Amino acid sequence: MSTITTARTVFDIKDLNLWYGNHHALKKIHFPINKKEVTAIIGPSGCGKSTFIKTLNLMINYVPNVKMTGEINYNGQNILNEKLDLVELRKNVGMVFQKGNPFPQSIYDNVAYGPRIHGTKRKTHLDEIVTKSLMDVALWDEVKDRLHTPALGLSGGQQQRLCIARALATKPDVLLMDEPTSALDPISTLKIEELILNLKEKYTIVIVTHNMQQASRVSDKTAFFLMGELIELDDTSTIFSNPADERTEGYISGRFG
Amino acid sequence: MNTRSNFDNNLKQLDDMLIEMARKSETAIKESINTLIHQDLEKAKEIIQNDTVIDDLEHEINNKAIVLTAMESPVARDLREIIVAIKISSEVERIADNAVNIAKSTLHIGNEKLIKEIIDIPKMMNIALEMLSDSLTAFLKEDVELAKKSAAKDDKVDEMYGILIKELMGYLQQSPDKTNQITQLAFVCRYIERVADHATNIAEHVVYLVTGKLSNLNE
Repeated sequence: MSTITTARTVFDIKDLNLWYGNHHALKKIHFPINKKEVTAIIGPSGCGKSTFIKTLNLMINYVPNVKMTGEINYNGQNILNEKLDLVELRKNVGMVFQKGNPFPQSIYDNVAYGPRIHGTKRKTHLDEIVTKSLMDVALWDEVKDRLHTPALGLSGGQQQRLCIARALATKPDVLLMDEPTSALDPISTLKIEELILNLKEKYTIVIVTHNMQQASRVSDKTAFFLMGELIELDDTSTIFSNPADERTEGYISGRFG
Repeated sequence: MNTRSNFDNNLKQLDDMLIEMARKSETAIKESINTLIHQDLEKAKEIIQNDTVIDDLEHEINNKAIVLTAMESPVARDLREIIVAIKISSEVERIADNAVNIAKSTLHIGNEKLIKEIIDIPKMMNIALEMLSDSLTAFLKEDVELAKKSAAKDDKVDEMYGILIKELMGYLQQSPDKTNQITQLAFVCRYIERVADHATNIAEHVVYLVTGKLSNLNE
C-alpha cells in the first residue's frame, strides 16, 4: 500500500477518525494525495468514501454531530486544527457533485459567480475567466453563442461540465468530484472522463465513483474503502490487476457480500 | 449470495473445455507413441486426421474467452484466469501438434524393422505426460507448489533426451542404412521433450494466475 508522503503530496491525511454521533464512520485513515494525479475512491455504499471526500474541504462540517480527530494536512497546514478561512479553502479545493447543480442564472453568471464573490469586478477579466473555464471543460464551442441564456436549459452532461467550469473559475488546485457522472448518459460520462484526464495536467483530482471501469480508466491511484477503513491504496494498474487485499479483489471483481 | 454466478459458471465451462482438450491431447500423444511401437500406420493416419478436433477446441476456448472479456469486464484474478486459459489452450494445442509429428514419424519409418525395441521413449513420454497432468491439476486447484514440482521434472526429461540422442547417434554409426529410421526416432525424442517444455509453460501460467507475477520455472 503506497502511503508514503513525498514532496508531491498536496493532501496528507494522518490517523483521521470521524464520528457521526456515536457512529465511527472513518477509522484511522492514512492517505497521501499526490499533486496533479487523479485519485479514485471506490467502495460499497456506506463505506465512508463520500464522507472522506467531504472532509477534504470541510464540507462535512455542514453535517450535524460530526466529530473528527487526526490530521488533514493541506499543503502542510492541518485544516482540522488551525483557524483557517473556509471560503479560501473551498476556493482552492473545489467540489463537483453527483448531479449538475447550476444556479438558476445564465451560463455566464454561473461561471463568473465564484470570481465575483472573490472580488473580481472588471468585465474584461471576468470575460477572460469565463471563456477560459468553459474552454477547459470543452463546453465553449457548444455555448459561446448563448452565454446569457439560462444554464438550466443545458443538457445534463453540459450542466455537469458547466459546474466543473464554475469550480475551475476560482482557480482551485484540487478538484473533488463526488460521483460526477452517476446521473449522466454514457457519452456524457465519457466526455467528463476525457475532461478529467485533460484537467489533471493542471489540477489534483479526487473522484468518488461507483463505476469501477471509470476508476480504472481515469485514475492514477485507487483507494478502496470498506466500513470506514481504507483497505488498500495503490497504483490503479495494481489495484485492478493484482490487488494485495482479498477484500479489494472481491469488490472490484463483483464478488462482494 | 454469489453476485456473479453466471460469470462463474462460464469460467467453469472454460476450465472444463480446457481439461477436455488436454485429455484429448494426452491421449493423442500416448496413441502416437503406440503407433510407433506397434508400427500401426492406419492409427497414425487417424491421429493426424483427428488433430482438427483439438484445433477446433482451441478456437472454441479462445472465442469463449474473448466473449467473456468483452461482456463481463473481468479484472484482477478473473482477467488472469481468462488470459491463462487462452495461453494454456495454445500450449495444449502444440502438444497435440507433437502427437501429429510423432504419427508422421511412424509413417516415415513405415514397416521397416525397428533397430531395437522401443522402451525408453515411452518412459520419457510418461514423465512428460505426468508433468502435463500435474500442471493441469495445479491449474484447477490453483496450486503453485504443484506447478513448481511439475516444472522441476523437466530436468529429468532433458536428461533422458540427451542420453537417448547419444544412443541413437551410436546406432547411426553402426547401421548407416537405417539413417532415416534413426533420424525419425531422434525427432520423436525431440517431440516428447517439447511436450515437457509445454507442460512447464503451463506450470508457469499457473504461477501467474495465482500470484499475478510472471515466472520462469525452467532456467
